[in-house]
Amino acid sequence: MATGGYMLLLILLSSLLPGVAIFFLREQQFALRTALNLGGATLKFLLIIALLVGVYRDGKTYSLSVNLLPGIDLVLAADALSLLFATLSAVLWLVTTIYAIGYLEDSPNRSRFFGFFSLCVSATVGIAFSGNLITLLIFYEILTLATWPLVVHRGTAESFRAGRIYLAYTLLGGAVLLGAVVWLTLLAGSEPFVAGGYLRHLSADQGPVLIMIFAMLMAGFGVKAALLPLHSWLPRAMVAPAPVSALLHAVAVVKAGAFGIVRVLNDVYGVELAADLGVTLPLLLLAIMTIVYGSVRAVFADDLKQRLAFSTVSQVSYIILGVALAGPIGAVGGLVHLVHQGVMKITLFFCAGNFAETLGIHRVDEMRGVGRRMPWTMTAFTLAALGMIGIPPLAGFISKWYLGLGALEAGMAWVTGVLVVSSLLNALYFLPPILRGWFSRREGPWPDERHGGRRLETHWMLLLPTVTVAAMALGMGLLASLTISPLYWVTFIVEFEYGYDHIWRAIFEWETP
Amino acid sequence: MPLAAVMADVLLAPWLVILPLAGALLAGLWPAAARWWGLLTALLTPVMALLLALQVHAQGPVILDLGGWAPPLGITLVVDGLASLMVLMTAGVGLAISLYALGYLGGTDRGRWFWVLWLWLWAAMNALYLSGDVFNLYVTLELVVLASVALVALAGGAAPLVAAMRYLLVSLLGSMAYLMGVALLYGAYGTLDLQGLGAQVVLSSAPMLAAVLMTVGLLAKSALFPLHVWLPPAHGSAPAPVSAALSALVVKVSFYLILRLWLTVFPALPLSGLDVLMGALAAGAVLWGGLMALRAPRLKQVVAYSTVAQVGYLFLLFPFLRAHPEGWKAVVFFAVAHGVAKAAVFLAAGTLQRAAGHDRLAELGAVMRGRLKTSFALGIAGAGLVGLPFTGGFIAKWLLVQTALEAGLWIWALVVLGGGLLAGAYVFRLLGPAFEPGPADRGRPLPAVMEWVPLALALLTIGLGFAGSPALSLLARTLAGGGG
Repeated sequence: MATGGYMLLLILLSSLLPGVAIFFLREQQFALRTALNLGGATLKFLLIIALLVGVYRDGKTYSLSVNLLPGIDLVLAADALSLLFATLSAVLWLVTTIYAIGYLEDSPNRSRFFGFFSLCVSATVGIAFSGNLITLLIFYEILTLATWPLVVHRGTAESFRAGRIYLAYTLLGGAVLLGAVVWLTLLAGSEPFVAGGYLRHLSADQGPVLIMIFAMLMAGFGVKAALLPLHSWLPRAMVAPAPVSALLHAVAVVKAGAFGIVRVLNDVYGVELAADLGVTLPLLLLAIMTIVYGSVRAVFADDLKQRLAFSTVSQVSYIILGVALAGPIGAVGGLVHLVHQGVMKITLFFCAGNFAETLGIHRVDEMRGVGRRMPWTMTAFTLAALGMIGIPPLAGFISKWYLGLGALEAGMAWVTGVLVVSSLLNALYFLPPILRGWFSRREGPWPDERHGGRRLETHWMLLLPTVTVAAMALGMGLLASLTISPLYWVTFIVEFEYGYDHIWRAIFEWETP
Repeated sequence: MPLAAVMADVLLAPWLVILPLAGALLAGLWPAAARWWGLLTALLTPVMALLLALQVHAQGPVILDLGGWAPPLGITLVVDGLASLMVLMTAGVGLAISLYALGYLGGTDRGRWFWVLWLWLWAAMNALYLSGDVFNLYVTLELVVLASVALVALAGGAAPLVAAMRYLLVSLLGSMAYLMGVALLYGAYGTLDLQGLGAQVVLSSAPMLAAVLMTVGLLAKSALFPLHVWLPPAHGSAPAPVSAALSALVVKVSFYLILRLWLTVFPALPLSGLDVLMGALAAGAVLWGGLMALRAPRLKQVVAYSTVAQVGYLFLLFPFLRAHPEGWKAVVFFAVAHGVAKAAVFLAAGTLQRAAGHDRLAELGAVMRGRLKTSFALGIAGAGLVGLPFTGGFIAKWLLVQTALEAGLWIWALVVLGGGLLAGAYVFRLLGPAFEPGPADRGRPLPAVMEWVPLALALLTIGLGFAGSPALSLLARTLAGGGG
């Protein structure tokens, strides 16, 4: 069982150790810091690939457990869902590291920044590889600790206020979560995650207790997933530097929340039990409210990063919507959106950061004519934004397609109506920046032009990651039917999770599963 | 296991008192070399403490009659899981405090007095943990108090002296109340031996009165809200190693004594009413200490008020004792986790204070940025106080919440979780200045040991995060009372 558990530990340490080392570097040690950063990120990426090969080609299992208390272990394990999330984190960490090095060039306190940045990724990967609810809780709390310094990084009064609000929400969420996990552990013991959940055997008279615990778990994870009404820390946390927002929104924080919800629903309660308890419908309604609310707020946000933040509030709830539909196809849509939203949202934040760093553009109305000045960045922005709206053949279309199919399968056709409304709202807030950028003409100078634009439109370390993730967002849509696509992977997970063995065929050949 | 076979016959317990006591005497006789005697003692005692804990773990509890004299005449030592865990915690924190004091005090005149008093305090605490009868407990308790009062006054100046006198007054009142309880017990049962008393005590007025007197007296010494007012000035104005010793160790002494009494002597007495009252005071302490820590303008005051808050958790003991047979173990583990984390925080605070020349929180940013190791120690140990994962504090919080829920005591689980939030608020407030923009400044030059020791202690709190199972199995080897 414990074969190769050291691999998982190595993957954690590949960002933890460089992170700790970076803290103690002087500001001027640019080369060493960059080497540690990129070395750690590349090593993690390679280790994850080795892990993938080990799991899928050689059929190995990886797990590692350390005793914490009698009957309670810290368990790291690699199943399909954890590999999906870990791969997403490793890939996006690598590109974000390059981006952050370019973005923070010559700004103060870089050693501190990259130190916490690495801790944050270690915590995220820890969440991915958590093998039981307690381990998940542990890394979830560590993530709070590691991201607070990033939110307050600029050290302004505004960022301290954002940091306080972030802490208030996340620590409160953590406390509720701790209460719920202790309670659940008392009822059912500290079981590992297992497809279909491990609470089936609890007698029916514990239904109300299980519902209560479920509500607490959702509240605890919902804080980071920015589920209504626990979302308001997220738009404020936009004071953080762009790479932080990018990583926070695409992988680390909000995804940790969504991932936790998926785990609870699939591997702790199990979809059947959750549906029997009647907790999936309220969750579905909450997700729908969040989707609509976030989109409406985004329409009225003038600041580009604010608009993206409210868009995140809305988009992350697609994941929750998908799993709350409690059917296999909906789950495919939700889980694949975990990856797709990450890639598209990180593209959008990189673009927003490029606009702000290169030309000083912060508001949507300042984007007039930016397409001529920065065509590459604007193309990336357009691809990701159109993907978010759900235009084929981009990644977001795939997500929405399966969400819609899932709704039909679950006999809730009205949910497709919500998807349509939400897509319209998405178009309403994403089309204006695209149209202004490409088709308006700039009059007068840019607000704050810093990069001359001799050969490239901006620093290559800002441009390369942006173009890379945009290409990934495009590729995930175009090549969705290949066996290396996130979609294929997700169907594999869901087949296992729901006990069907031919969803892939069902989806592509229109058989009824 | 040849080592275990050899160790089985070795009498370790007396050495844990003799060693520090000898160190104190030698430090007094050779004042010029005081700190080297201190260092030697501090290095040897933890080894003995560790061996003792292993011995207890392997062989179970032992009752020793010193010199072969039976209880009514001789001195009895009780070595069980609870006692050896407390001795071990004291030794670990004591080693850190001693190493730190080497740098903090150097070879000053004050330093010589420090070593005598500190080693004396150490010997007294060990003697108290190992004592097996209520009168010896009283004597050792007085020794602890006298040594700690003198240590507080060691800072010199008017404010520490006032704080020390106030501390002395409260402690003496507490000791008087305790002594009256001892007299009542002796009058009623004619014995002072803990086990002997435990076998005889039944529900009647004399032991009830004794229990109340002893408990209230000890509460004042443990600074449970609202008897806490002496603590923040005393702990906040003492020299850093002394603050650490007081907050991490001395507060636990009176808690230990209360626990021991209720575990061994008074289990036959009903707790109805008392558990609710104590729980309410505990909640008050957590709330009040937390709020005051949020408002205090100086670093060491914040940490001192944090102790007021965390002492509250210790007295969740009473509701737990009544409702859950294993509940007290959670509280003891919390005491250990808090001891280590609090010592680390106080020592780190001392380093920052020395480097900056003051401890006004709002102006500490530059030094915190300049002294990274110390800031990390503050952060990690602070996370331990909040109960964030990978620290002993997390395991302690988990155990407390688990115990409360298992016993169906919702309200105390809420107190623990809410207290964690308050702790989060004041710990992040402590760390805030480090993130303000501005230059980094290492401040005045300091011996390196003053930066490394808090960090090492902070890493020990992480170690405690994985020590839950061994600690609980050591605690399982504790002598309980109630007729054997």
